[in-house]
Amino acid sequence: MTQALSSLPVTDPQDRHVDWAARLRRKPRPVETVVQGLLFLCGAISILTTLGILLVLGNESLAFFTDPEVNVFEFFTGTHWQPQTGDFGVWPLVNATLMTSAIAMVVAMPLGIFAAIYLSEYAAPRAKAILKPTLEILAGIPTVVFGFFALTFITPLLRSIFGEDTVQIYNNASAGLVMGLMIVPLIASMSEDALSAVPRTLREGAYGLGATKLETTVQVVLPAALSGLVAAFIIGVSRAVGETMIVAIAAGATSQLTFNPFEAAETITGHIARISGGDLSYGSLDYTSLFALALTLFVITLGLNLVSRWLVNRFREQYD
Amino acid sequence: MANADRIAGSDVFRPNLTGRHATGRFWQTAFLGATTVGILGLILLMLNIVNNAFGLVAYADGEDYLKYSPIPVEQLATSDLVVLLTNELSTGAINKLNAEQPLDTRSRSDLLALVFERILDREVVASSTLAEAVFNRQAFEADALAKNPDARFVFKSWVTTDFLTVPMSSQALFAGVRTAILGSLMLIGLTIAIALPIGTGAAIYLQEYADKSLINRIIETNIYNLAGVPSIVYGMLGLAVFVRVLEPLTSGAMFGATDTNGRTILSAALTMALLVLPVIIVNAQEALKAVPDSLRQAAYGVGATRWQTIWHHVLPQAIPGVLTGSILAVSRAIGETAPLIVIGASTFITADPSGPFSGFTALPIQIYNWTVQPQAEFRNLAGAAILVLLVLLLTLNASAIILRNRLSARRAN
Repeated sequence: MTQALSSLPVTDPQDRHVDWAARLRRKPRPVETVVQGLLFLCGAISILTTLGILLVLGNESLAFFTDPEVNVFEFFTGTHWQPQTGDFGVWPLVNATLMTSAIAMVVAMPLGIFAAIYLSEYAAPRAKAILKPTLEILAGIPTVVFGFFALTFITPLLRSIFGEDTVQIYNNASAGLVMGLMIVPLIASMSEDALSAVPRTLREGAYGLGATKLETTVQVVLPAALSGLVAAFIIGVSRAVGETMIVAIAAGATSQLTFNPFEAAETITGHIARISGGDLSYGSLDYTSLFALALTLFVITLGLNLVSRWLVNRFREQYD
Repeated sequence: MANADRIAGSDVFRPNLTGRHATGRFWQTAFLGATTVGILGLILLMLNIVNNAFGLVAYADGEDYLKYSPIPVEQLATSDLVVLLTNELSTGAINKLNAEQPLDTRSRSDLLALVFERILDREVVASSTLAEAVFNRQAFEADALAKNPDARFVFKSWVTTDFLTVPMSSQALFAGVRTAILGSLMLIGLTIAIALPIGTGAAIYLQEYADKSLINRIIETNIYNLAGVPSIVYGMLGLAVFVRVLEPLTSGAMFGATDTNGRTILSAALTMALLVLPVIIVNAQEALKAVPDSLRQAAYGVGATRWQTIWHHVLPQAIPGVLTGSILAVSRAIGETAPLIVIGASTFITADPSGPFSGFTALPIQIYNWTVQPQAEFRNLAGAAILVLLVLLLTLNASAIILRNRLSARRAN
């Protein structure tokens, strides 16, 4: 570097208008170009991943749907999923997925938002410094541990409350409840971000008009943070829909269309985990059907994520 | 002023205000309650694990020890144990054991475990949780004795040094997590080795080089969306691409490895690397963003090129933040189970993983496998394995945090 600089004449008596900047820019720097190319490749790997997912899921799903034994119409409307007998109706699995997710959100949404309100509006800094990291530990616990908790604690608890005849050993209620607990920190942290982003002036305006703290929170802060809260809800649903281990352990391995949360019903993810855990022969209907299910899952979660991101960007209130 | 006094002092206003404050207090309690419920859930979760990892075990021997030794085998000398094993087990079994570790160099507890497992057919009759052992001991003992009148009882911590150092066994009493721990550690190491350079590279590109062109915006949005893809979908990607299409590479066939398939540590690590990339990229980007621009300007000012600026000045400043991201990535990867199941981690494997091309099992897989067994003693094992997993998680986190603090302290000086 020093070498390159000192070799340049500092002044040029003949022509004072030499464009030194242009000369420096034009100098070829192969290392720089190569490095930039490599770094771009690193970034492009994320695109390749998405393309890979789409290609793999699409390709195998196509093989599944074009199989003579499979009827596309039946896949989206059928109410029986029994690969052994050639019944490929996705509804029992989708229904169980929706049921566990709904139970999870009924638990996680109020708990998460209330906790966020407490942490953001009420908690003293010292209390917050203890409560928030503690709640975040929950987010770091592997989901298989939550599954263990569902099966060995919540299920026996439900069975002792509602009776062993009502509640089956594997049931959607237990899986859903624990999934809710798992999602609480996610909702709480996203909601807290949304609430904290509401400027202080809005709160002070409300206090100035004589509103109590609760009135300020509910009537001023919450509406101002609404898009963030909705986004948190959607991300929560997306997490619940894609969650595998809790339902694989606690929700049971029988695919059936039931609306009773105390019965066993296999979810999309639970089914994929159970079937792929066994010995699968590549190209068999069992194998390709899993990709059709994964594609369904991917489309649902991607849709939810896109909606959530759109909401946050579209309805973000700009205060300044 | 007079007006305000009149409103505040009016009889209409006062009772209303009390009511509003009461509502406020009620809801404040509710908000605090929700936070407490979340933390209570965490406490219950932990207690439930501890409750399962310790307990009373009723066991019985399938064979009477008198057949083999006049005194209880626990009282035999170590050399007699070796003799007993050599006499009673088949030559093939002895050779296999010797190949793992010669019998006469093994510890006494190891030999005893072998005698109980292989010769006396020691089995669990019934197993209890910690709560049962403390509060309901009589009922548990009566039940166990009804099942097998020869049952003997011992209070057992399922987490022991043996549990950590012996491989998997179908007998709960003799099962351990050695192979699973080794598998998990190798998997995590390989995952980070793949994901950290790529993730940091991608972050540098996006933060330092990329303009606002279409392709760069697509990359940014794409990374955000990838973070929301369920992990099991990554598992399907890994199954189709790394296990199947790239089998010659991931099975090691290209490098002369034989009789393996694509269901190897390498396949799993590649899948996990894709899974944790968004976490690493986003965190590394944040770290790079936090490096003050004056640093870059100063470097440019003395004539450094862009890459020289990044490599010598920006990156060293950002390292602590990048490390935080990799801590998060490791924490995520070490507990991730679903993609490993899809990729086909073995649930029953007793040989240590030998390298990137060997089949493997991992701690979360082992936990899942034990949890879904119907017998109570396997729940105990699962509880113990969870404790090990959580301790491992904690250790990795703590060491990375310490490392990060050291680095930033050194920077500050």
